[in-house]
Amino acid sequence: MPDFILTVNQLSKSFSGIKALDNISFNLRRGEVHALMGENGAGKSTFMKILIGLLTPDSGEIVFEGKNLHDSNVGDTLKKGISMIHQEILIVPELTVAQNIFLGREKAFGVKRGWIPGLLDDSAINEKSAQILQQLGVDISPDIKMKHLSVAQMQMVEIAKAISNEAKVIIMDEPTSAISDKEVEMLFKMIRDLKSKGVSIIYISHKMDEIFRISDTITVLRDGKYIGTKSAEELDHNSLIAMMVGREIGQMFPEGNASIGEEVLSVENLGKKGKFANISFKVHAGEIVGLAGLMGAGRTEIARAIFGLDKMDEGMIRISGETVQIDSPLKALKNGIGYVSEDRKGLGFIPRMSVKNNVTLSSMKRHQKGIFINTKSEEADTAQMIADLRIKTSGMDQKVSTLSGGNQQKVVIGKVLLAAPQLIILDEPTRGVDVGAKFEIYKLIRNLAENGMAIIMISSELPEILGMSDRIVVLSKGRQTATLSRQEATQELIMRNAVV
Amino acid sequence: MLSTQNFRFTKVGQYGIYLAFLILCVVLAFSTPRFFTVSNLLIIGTQVSINALLAFGVTFVIITGGIDLSLGSMVAVTGVVAATFAHPDTYPLAVPLLAGIGSGLLFGAFNGLVITKSKVPPFIVTLGTMTIGRGLALIISKGRPVSNLSDTFNFIGGGNVFGIPFPIIILIVAFIVCTVILNKTVLGRYMYAVGGNESAARASGIRVGNVKMWVYTICGILSAMGGILLTARITTGQPNAGAGFELDAIAAAIIGGTSTSGGTGTMTGTLIGALLIGVISNSLDLLNVTSYYQQVVMGVIIIGAVVLDGFGKKD
Repeated sequence: MPDFILTVNQLSKSFSGIKALDNISFNLRRGEVHALMGENGAGKSTFMKILIGLLTPDSGEIVFEGKNLHDSNVGDTLKKGISMIHQEILIVPELTVAQNIFLGREKAFGVKRGWIPGLLDDSAINEKSAQILQQLGVDISPDIKMKHLSVAQMQMVEIAKAISNEAKVIIMDEPTSAISDKEVEMLFKMIRDLKSKGVSIIYISHKMDEIFRISDTITVLRDGKYIGTKSAEELDHNSLIAMMVGREIGQMFPEGNASIGEEVLSVENLGKKGKFANISFKVHAGEIVGLAGLMGAGRTEIARAIFGLDKMDEGMIRISGETVQIDSPLKALKNGIGYVSEDRKGLGFIPRMSVKNNVTLSSMKRHQKGIFINTKSEEADTAQMIADLRIKTSGMDQKVSTLSGGNQQKVVIGKVLLAAPQLIILDEPTRGVDVGAKFEIYKLIRNLAENGMAIIMISSELPEILGMSDRIVVLSKGRQTATLSRQEATQELIMRNAVV
Repeated sequence: MLSTQNFRFTKVGQYGIYLAFLILCVVLAFSTPRFFTVSNLLIIGTQVSINALLAFGVTFVIITGGIDLSLGSMVAVTGVVAATFAHPDTYPLAVPLLAGIGSGLLFGAFNGLVITKSKVPPFIVTLGTMTIGRGLALIISKGRPVSNLSDTFNFIGGGNVFGIPFPIIILIVAFIVCTVILNKTVLGRYMYAVGGNESAARASGIRVGNVKMWVYTICGILSAMGGILLTARITTGQPNAGAGFELDAIAAAIIGGTSTSGGTGTMTGTLIGALLIGVISNSLDLLNVTSYYQQVVMGVIIIGAVVLDGFGKKD
C-alpha cells in the first residue's frame, strides 16, 4: 500500500443540475509530482477549488493525512497544509516580499511595545522570509516591494509562502504560462527539491513537454469524469492526448498549400528604445511569418508597435507598397491590420458584453444606420462567425466571460476578422487553449492564409512556429538574429539564434 | 457550469430592485391611504424629475467607468444662466432655454476634455469643476438670487399639460431618449465597451476619448435640463441651488444596478432607483417621519441595494 497523503473518493459536484465533477477518484502519493490533465472545461478547476475549500462537494470524501477534509474552508485547508499557486498570481504589489509571504499571519509575529499590543515586527518576518528564500535557493531580498519583481520571481515568493505555511501539498495551476525557459528550469529545480523533502505537487499545465519532464504520475479528466491515472513512463504524447480528447489527433498541424501572393506588409528598420532595433521583414498575401524568440525578445513589442498600441522611435511601415503612419489601433485597422493579442483578458474582449457585442466591436461601421445600430446585419455577421469559427456558445447573447478560453480566443479572432484586415497578427494564439481548440485554431489560420490573408504569428512554442510558418524571423533581445525559410528551419537552429 | 449558478443570482440582483420597489408601493398603498392617489403620485413624479434627469446623465458616465461630481454645480450654473435671460418681456423663451442648455453642454464638454487630455481621474477633475461651477454660479449672479422670471419660463416647472405636470413630461421624454441612446446607438454600445474594458475597447479601434467626451457632454446637457426645471419651479435662479444633488443622482444610478466599476447599468434601473428614493421620502413625509430619519433610511437603502447587487455579480 503506497503512502498516500491525499485520497479522494467518488467526488461529485453539480451546478444547477449540470455535473461539473462526476465520481472523481484521485490518489496523491507523498513526495510525487502528479499532473492533472484535461481540456478546458474538463473539471480541473472545480476539482482544485474543492480541494482548497473554495467549494463544497455534493458527495464523496476527501481524506488528507488520514482525516476527512469535509466542510473545510480555505483557511482550514491552508492550515492543514494544502496551498495553491494560482495562474494569476495573487499578491499585493505595494507590500514587500516578506509582508506578502506572511500576509494574514502577522499575528504570530506581533510584539508588544510598552503598553501598545499588536505592533508589527517587520524585522522578524524579514528574517524568517530570508531564511525560507535561502532554503529555496532563491536570490530575492525580503524587503523589496513585490511590484519590482518579475512574474517568475513572484511565483517563487508564492512558493515560499506555501513553504512557510508548512504546505504538504502544493497545487500549481499553469505555473509556466508567463515565465521564460530559463525560469522554468529554476522552477523545476525547486519542484524537485520540494519533492525530495516529501512535499507533493499537483501540477496543472497544458504544455505536454513539461508534463513529461516533471511529473511522476498523470491523471486525466474529461467532461467532469475521471478517465484514468497512469505513471508518466507508461504514456507518450499521443496516448496522453488520446486520453484527454477521447480520440487520436493524427496530425497536429494541418498541411498548408496557400499560394503566396503580393507583398502586404513591409517593415524597415523598426526601432523602439530599450525594446527592439533594426527590425525588417516582409509579409505577403497567403504567407505565415512566424516571430520566434524567448520571453522578452521583443516579439509582442514589435506587434504592438505595428498595430499602433505603442509608439515606435524609428522605422517605416508600408502596406501594399504605400508608406503609412500608424499611431493608434484605429489607424491600423483602417490600414487593414488586425491584432489578436496574447493578453486576451486585458486587450482582447469585454467580459461583461455578449458574444455578439464583442464580435462586432471593431466593425460597427458596417452595422450602422446613422447613429443607430443595425441589429439585423449585426446578428447576421455574428451568426456567420459563430458558424465559421465554430464558437461554442449557448447563443450570441451569452456573456464572453462565461466562455472557455478557446472560445474566448475565437471570439477575439472573429472580432478582428470582421474588421476585414489584409494582415492579421496572432500573438500566442493558442495560449491557455485546450488541445482540441488548438487544432481548430491551426486549421483556421491555414484557411485564412489560403484565402489570401497575410499572417504574422508569434509563439513561444517552437513546434507551433515550425509547424505553421512559411518563414521564421528569430529575435533575441530586441534584435533580429535570423530569418529562416520553412525548409532550413529546425528547433536547434531557432534556439541557437534565439539565445545569441 | 458555474455561470448557470451566477446567472440565477444575477437575476435576483437584477430584479431585486424592481421587486423591492413593487413591494414598497403595495405596502404603502395599503398602509397610507393618501399614498395611492393621483395627486400624490403626480407630486412624487414632479419631485423625482430633477434627480432622475441628473441620474440619467451620471448613469452614462458611470457605465464608462467614470464619475461626475459636478452635477449639482452644473444645476446652479445653468439655472442662473437661464434665469438671467428669463426676465419678463426681454427675450423669447428659446433664449433662456438655449443659454441654459448651452452652458451645461460647455461645462460637460470641459469636464470631458480635461478628463481625456490630462488623464487625471474623473473623480478629481469633477471634484475640481464642482467647486469651479459653484464659484461661476456666484459670479454670474453676483451672489444674489436671480428672480422676476417670465410666466412662460416658470410654466416649465409648475405648469400642467392635460393635467400632467410639465416636469413629468420632460422626465418621460428624457428617459426614452436616454434609453434609445444607450441601447440602440453605436455610441451606447461603445460606452459599455469603454467601461467594460478600456484597453480592449481602444484595441478594437474605438476612439475612447471621443466616447468619454460625449458622455460628459450629455451629462452636462441633462444637468442643464435639471437646472432649468429647478429654476422654473422655484421661480428663481439660485446660485446655491443643487448642492448635494450629485450624490442623490449617483445613489439613484447605483440603487438601479449601475456598477461603479463600469460596464453595466440600465436607464430603467436608474429610473426605478430615482423613483424608489422619491417614494421613500414621500412616504416618510406622509408618515410624519422627520427628515433627519429620512436621511438615515436613505443611506441604509443605498448600501442595501449594492449588497444585493454585489451578491449577484460575484464571480
